[in-house]
Amino acid sequence: MDRAEVDSSIRSLIEPFNKKGVEVADNTTFANDLEFDSLTVMDFVAAIEDEFDIIISMNQQAEIENYGQLVDAVTKLQN
Amino acid sequence: MSNPIDQASAATDLFSKFDPLIQQRQQLLDAGVQDPFSLVMEKVLSPTRAICNGRETILLGTYNYMGMTFDPEVIEAGKQALDDYGTGTTGSRVLNGTYQGHKECEDALKEFYGMDHAMVFSTGYQANLGIISTIAGKGDYVVLDIDSHASIWDGCAMGNAEIVPFKHNDIEAMEKRLKRIPEGAGKLVVLEGVYSMLGDIAPLKEMVRVAKENGAMVLVDEAHSMGFIGENGRGVAEAEGVMDDVDFVIGTFSKSVGTVGGFCVSNHPKFEIMRLVCRPYVFTASLPPSVVATAATSIRKLMHGSNKRAHLWENSKNLHGGLKALGFQLGTDSPQSAIIAVIMPDLERGAMMWEALLNEGLYVNLARPPATPANMTLLRCSLCAEHSEEEVRTILGMFERAGKAVGII
Ligand SMILES: Cc1ncc(COP(=O)(O)O)c(C=O)c1O
Repeated sequence: MDRAEVDSSIRSLIEPFNKKGVEVADNTTFANDLEFDSLTVMDFVAAIEDEFDIIISMNQQAEIENYGQLVDAVTKLQN
Repeated sequence: MSNPIDQASAATDLFSKFDPLIQQRQQLLDAGVQDPFSLVMEKVLSPTRAICNGRETILLGTYNYMGMTFDPEVIEAGKQALDDYGTGTTGSRVLNGTYQGHKECEDALKEFYGMDHAMVFSTGYQANLGIISTIAGKGDYVVLDIDSHASIWDGCAMGNAEIVPFKHNDIEAMEKRLKRIPEGAGKLVVLEGVYSMLGDIAPLKEMVRVAKENGAMVLVDEAHSMGFIGENGRGVAEAEGVMDDVDFVIGTFSKSVGTVGGFCVSNHPKFEIMRLVCRPYVFTASLPPSVVATAATSIRKLMHGSNKRAHLWENSKNLHGGLKALGFQLGTDSPQSAIIAVIMPDLERGAMMWEALLNEGLYVNLARPPATPANMTLLRCSLCAEHSEEEVRTILGMFERAGKAVGII
């Protein structure tokens, strides 16, 4: 999958977690803009991991602050 | 000319990150609730009774599951060790801090668990910190339950392994993650026997099997099950019949054993090397001689504690059934351990209920986010083998009155 395909797939995965319907762009942050708490993060990460059959370890998660970084990381991991 | 006061006010206060917590706490206190996190026990009368705020109080929030803290033989062993070896070792286990008593304590643990090796740490927190951070290194993977105890998380944070959490007690989620780990990487699965917030147990039979099938080593923290769960009190792994497949058991002396300290037992043939490479073992002072003497005596007595175990199960069933009948919402559908968690609607009413119970003469633990799963506020009750059947009935009466006064039932 190329980056655009990963992007559109994650965009649909994020929907049920985006309770306030925040507009999602590459610089949208999970903690501040989307207001994800630790439980939401866990469920959201698990959904992505299952979709792409990858592991995003806590160490890798620590490097990911915004949506664009997540799409980049997943694009790399699933190759 | 620079003014030192101006400079000070311009500097960022490192404590400002705690402002939200300070505020939340102040709000609670302003509402007139007694601070649940600064209770002082003026006198301790027995494993189940203390004087709090000048009144005799039933203790239902300690981890004194087997009531060993006032056992006459245990106390005598401690006094004898104070006389014979003094008040402290003033040194690390690997230098001048290993006395005869530390060896005897490790021998008692080996016998209690039927394992080849035992290593005593200064606390259970340090046992998790040390073992996890040391055995899982760079390029290895630690797969752990998301509801793991802080000491497990801190062991992960201190080490260099990749950390992969999975949903609480979810066997399938654990298995999927294990299967995605790259070929050849070292794997450690970390589980707990009893999860202390809700008092639920792990499905260790399946989880340990799945971990082994996927080539992982298994560490089980049995802090809240030792002495009570399993035929010999070895924990949930024993009760589920998977003791032989568990590579490392972590435990503590601060609960059923009734003193302070932590340990790891294992059958790994190279386990003894841990004494040289595990920093939270090496770079701290060893336990005082009186502490290891009381621990060893207590552990040996726990081997023969089957009657007490049976009574504690009765207490757990009676309290769980009684609270459920009163209409309280509980953390588990059935009693699974000596911990019964009562779910509160919110922190404010949780604190009010806690205070109402204290005024009735009952001490329980108030647990709040972030220590709790799913941001719940809990009143955690932990039973003791020394609580009598009648005491449990008294406790239920207190819960009924307090629950009605606060409007929870
Ligand atoms: C699951 C678990 N592991 C480890 C510990 C740490 O034990 P200790 O009190 O000996 O540091 C505790 C107790 O707080 C615990 O609940």
